[in-house]
Amino acid sequence: MFDMDLWNEIISALKKNRLRSFMTAFGVFWGIFMLIIMSGAGKALENGVLDGVKAFATNSAFFWTERTSIPYEGFQRGRRWNYENSDIQYIRDNVKEVEYLSPRLFGNQQGGNNTIRGERNGAFQVYGDYPDYFKIDRWSVVKGRLINEIDILHERKVCVIGERVLEVMFAKDEDPIGQYLKISGVYFQVVGVIHAETRINFGGKKEESISIPFSTMQTAYNYGDVVHFFSVTSQKGHKVSDLEEKLKTILKDRHKIAPDDLQAIGSFNIEKEFIKFNALFLGIQVLTWIVGIGTLLAGVIGVSNIMLVIIKERTQEIGIQRAIGATPATVIKHIVAESVFLTVMAGYIGLSLGVGILEVLNRVLQSAGDEMFFKNPEVNLTMALSALGVLVISGIIAGLIPARRAVSIKLIDAIRDEG
Amino acid sequence: MIRLNNIHKSYEMGSNSLHVLKGIDLNIEQGDFVSIMGSSGSGKSTLLNILGMLDNYDKGTYHLSGNLIANMSEKKAAKYRNDMVGFVFQSFNLISFKNAMENVALPLYYKGVPRKKRNLIAMEYLEKLGLKEWANHMPSEMSGGQKQRVAIARALISQPKIILADEPTGALDTATSYEVMEILKDINAAGITVIIVTHEHDIAAMTRQIIRLKDGRIHEIIRNGELKQFQKNYMKELETA
Repeated sequence: MFDMDLWNEIISALKKNRLRSFMTAFGVFWGIFMLIIMSGAGKALENGVLDGVKAFATNSAFFWTERTSIPYEGFQRGRRWNYENSDIQYIRDNVKEVEYLSPRLFGNQQGGNNTIRGERNGAFQVYGDYPDYFKIDRWSVVKGRLINEIDILHERKVCVIGERVLEVMFAKDEDPIGQYLKISGVYFQVVGVIHAETRINFGGKKEESISIPFSTMQTAYNYGDVVHFFSVTSQKGHKVSDLEEKLKTILKDRHKIAPDDLQAIGSFNIEKEFIKFNALFLGIQVLTWIVGIGTLLAGVIGVSNIMLVIIKERTQEIGIQRAIGATPATVIKHIVAESVFLTVMAGYIGLSLGVGILEVLNRVLQSAGDEMFFKNPEVNLTMALSALGVLVISGIIAGLIPARRAVSIKLIDAIRDEG
Repeated sequence: MIRLNNIHKSYEMGSNSLHVLKGIDLNIEQGDFVSIMGSSGSGKSTLLNILGMLDNYDKGTYHLSGNLIANMSEKKAAKYRNDMVGFVFQSFNLISFKNAMENVALPLYYKGVPRKKRNLIAMEYLEKLGLKEWANHMPSEMSGGQKQRVAIARALISQPKIILADEPTGALDTATSYEVMEILKDINAAGITVIIVTHEHDIAAMTRQIIRLKDGRIHEIIRNGELKQFQKNYMKELETA
């Protein structure tokens, strides 16, 4: 039932006591405003950081070799070693948990400008890759295509290039597809331009890298059957951490490395990093909530406090109203309605302003570009609504406590009150 | 109309108990114009508060139009007050942020009368009291006499059987006091019981019955015939003063 008269009374009472209404509302406004801004900022940090890694397959692990640290089976410590093609084949044949497996070679970059095209030249990181690599560390194709199985099979001299390579080696309006680059003395035909979707780098910057077929690289640059690095992802239902340990054991066994040598195999596992990230953001969120609710609570307590003072101020007014026929229920209804109206209005303004500011921030960040660890500040609806709910309830409480007090004062004392 | 039988009232003041009313027996009939007098502390305001159901009594019985008024819930008391009694206070007690018309209309709001209708009625009463031009003024913009007239209009709007006035002229100068008393006389002439508390003899002398309280008891009741005598006494008091 919408009681127009009640609302008229309330609004005129609030209007005619502007300062009082404003002070009351401000506490709540500030509480909810801070909650929104803080949780938005927390979310933005989360979005920003996760954006850099989310395209990575979370079930992936990466392996490289280091010098051994323990003498074993006649070998001294400090031995340098490499993975071999046979390791890759063995893992593919015998480890069922592996979904994708992609070996990789790092090209020698010591020669300075290793890439030449006509009068243009540049120093880029060159990788020998399998097509599976692009499924583990995701890339999007800007132009042309990725490296495929046939490139591997025929040891084709083709390459895909990062966006920075395109900028340096080609004129602005030039189509790079089908053109040739001379990379460390060998000509490769450009078949694609690619864009990295993640910001985890192995070796150099991704936009400054050139990928060629793994098999071509082994043959053309005389790597024999050496493998520098490989990435795997685990099958669904298997933890990549377990797979990581299993592969390490196999590789140590195949290369006569002490089983307790912790240094010889370098590895990195995204799952672990993800768990760390998630814990971090859970922490931030919890903190946001605690501080936010604390702020909100402070606001509500402030409102109750102000309401109490107001009621004391209004004792006489309430006394008069009761003397001329207002029932206690009417008085309580009025005060509570006033309080709820104020808190909800203030909360709504705080909410809107908070969301508005986040939106402006979002625009600014978007125009500032990609390379930010702060992205898409946002507030979820559930949170906003529950905050509003808390406000309504606290508005009722903030009104009810002083209202009950106001009604419990003896009528004559209230009227005689010469405050 | 009003029947008080052996009314006692004491106030707790910390550990002390202050026995204010020590057995009041009183009948007031419909249409009476009564003043309650007494020195300060004699219990006259307490008696008025009990009559107006603003306060409870400890012992005895109070019948108002045949209904026993005792241990009522605040809600029921509010209803009785709204139906039966109009209050006029010494300090006017207008709501400071409402204008004259809204103040007068307020009792009707609590009775659930729609805004337009109650404002119309309020205007009628303001007109009766000669305040039509002041309807949209705030209390702070009015003189004491005007404020008291607004308060009287507010007391009248719910068409009560009784007007209870606690020192209605206490904050007014003599000329304005007499104006207010004239208004109260007119109201009484229309059949409404008017009870005022005052310590001013000239004000009391304008009523038709004077109840003098002394130490919580009724000291004397001065009625029509004796009123002339009272006025003489009052004149004597003035001379000696």
